[in-house]
Amino acid sequence: MEMRNYIIRRFLLVIPVLFGVSILVFVILLLFSPAQRASVFITDIRQLRDIQGVIRKHGLDAPIYIQYFNWIKEVLRGNLGWSKTAQQPVLQALFYFLPSTFELALFSVPLIILVGIYLGSLSAVHPGKSIDHATRTLAIIGWSLPTFWFGLILLMIFYGYFRGLLPPEALGTEAALFVKSQDFTRFTRINTIDALLNGKFWIFLDAIRHLILPVITLTVVSCALVMRIMRSSMLEALGGGYVTTARAKGADEATVIKKHARKNAMIPVVTISGYIFAWMMQGVVITETIFNRKGLGWWWARAAVQLDVPAILGAVLFSGLLFVLTNLVVDLMYAYLDPRVRLG
Amino acid sequence: MRLELKVKTWQKFKKRMEPGLKEVKFSLSRVRKSPLSLAGLFLILLFVFIALAAPYFAPPKYLHEPYRIPRDGYSATPRPPSRLHLFGTTEGQYDIYYGVIWGTRTAFRVGFMVVGSIMIIGIVLGSLSGYYGGVVDEIIMRTVDTFMSLPTLILAMALVSALGHSLDNVMKALIIVGWPSYARLIRGDILRVREEDYVEAARAVGCSDLTIIFKHVLPNAIYPLLVMASLDVGAMVLTAAALSFLGLGAPIGYADWGQMISFARNWIVGPPGNPLAYWYAVTIPGLFILFFVLGWNLLGDALRDILDPKLRRR
Repeated sequence: MEMRNYIIRRFLLVIPVLFGVSILVFVILLLFSPAQRASVFITDIRQLRDIQGVIRKHGLDAPIYIQYFNWIKEVLRGNLGWSKTAQQPVLQALFYFLPSTFELALFSVPLIILVGIYLGSLSAVHPGKSIDHATRTLAIIGWSLPTFWFGLILLMIFYGYFRGLLPPEALGTEAALFVKSQDFTRFTRINTIDALLNGKFWIFLDAIRHLILPVITLTVVSCALVMRIMRSSMLEALGGGYVTTARAKGADEATVIKKHARKNAMIPVVTISGYIFAWMMQGVVITETIFNRKGLGWWWARAAVQLDVPAILGAVLFSGLLFVLTNLVVDLMYAYLDPRVRLG
Repeated sequence: MRLELKVKTWQKFKKRMEPGLKEVKFSLSRVRKSPLSLAGLFLILLFVFIALAAPYFAPPKYLHEPYRIPRDGYSATPRPPSRLHLFGTTEGQYDIYYGVIWGTRTAFRVGFMVVGSIMIIGIVLGSLSGYYGGVVDEIIMRTVDTFMSLPTLILAMALVSALGHSLDNVMKALIIVGWPSYARLIRGDILRVREEDYVEAARAVGCSDLTIIFKHVLPNAIYPLLVMASLDVGAMVLTAAALSFLGLGAPIGYADWGQMISFARNWIVGPPGNPLAYWYAVTIPGLFILFFVLGWNLLGDALRDILDPKLRRR
């Protein structure tokens, strides 16, 4: 019963945030000129010839609140405009570029969380020792690394120095051609998964080879956050009464750390893992640009440089929506696991 | 007689300041004992020195535009370090040494302007929100929620493209994106302090709202604010560099670290047989960014440990 109430309350909380995001995106839209704004309403490339007509038709010279309603109506109908950088409507382009980005996230997010949890608990178990200092220093360095520079350095070493060992882009020439051919069914448009479903193991290996560097880049720059949270929560857990109890009843130290302390300490990490997924969208802009992987981030970076207004607004809307939804899922999971939350 | 009075006031003043002085001395001794914070401080001082002495290290060629990097020819291929070009030249024969030296000033300008502005905006809006509550609070906090549910870089990208591509607009965008976390921090502190007896007493004595905020609330919130600001100088410079790298920031040829890395993008891999031929073009500007951001992060991290009363005296 109280779970149902919590779910309803939590869903209602989504509305003001989404409304706020829509207002914010609309304000950004207003910063552009009417002709640039008109492109948001364009669904077909032929309409580009009659911009004035589009401005008049959609009332882009009307009072602001009317413009907002006109715009939000279009957004809710799924019309986000025509993207000149993607050469297709924004909504369609979002789905076109999503699989590649999703693949990147699929491999990096678990790695970020695992590495963060491992290093964080390692440093919490030996506080003040050299291993603690070493991991914390590494985390600060990782946090300070410019993503774009780190990626380029990795390319310099593993693509340049080691003669094409780990190349940029999403697939090699041969594999890319084969994927486009008739013999290859694209189930999900995620290269690694499709390759396995088609039983083409060499394409799977090729895709993995192209994934290694971007995944390393994203992991090194983002695992510091997980590590810091894990460290402080692990320190707290190790000071908890149940850990003392476990020790008192004679459990050996490894069991105490693994079973009693670490499991409890992982709760805050679960909470932020949703955020990590959403914040990946940010790291992905740089990573995909550097490694020339044609995903959402690559597209958005081009859109921002070439002033592709509908695509830019689509990017903000999409990442806002993603953030709100992942937060919702995480909160509901959390409430399910921890009764204190839903009663609070 | 008058001298005696002076001595007396001095002693009074000294007595009043004593706890504060002791605090500062204690904090400084903690800084001395922590090698990481010393390293951070050293890095920042080094960059301050480079920024201040930029005209001596790299005398400008164009006196009225010191941020314009001098070019030595127009050929695309970078040239390795030589006597004439200490760190070599990057794509388009821009001098890397000149670029990174003057780029330090750009980094400080971006970091200080952005973080200074978001601190002021955050403090004002956070104070209004926490102190007055009600509708004001509701509006400001819902705005904060909205901003915080969007990734910084993507929102900043959208704002820069709306405002126009330039370094000033990058700073404006980062200010618009950055203030909410400060407002939230200050608001929380004010809510906590507002109920305290000494604030009640101050109000009873007839202190104005402004006096209460400036004399009783902010001094209590200043340390977490400083930690956040130190970390943010690094983070903001990093984001600004990323935007410049994408081509949304400084105009071409402006002394800016992010842009210098984007110059080097086409020269990651050298000619066959010498794959690391152009290492200097990407490595050197990147190291400047890394050490600059690292300095602020180390300082912020050390400040957090030093200033947090819960952690410090253990």
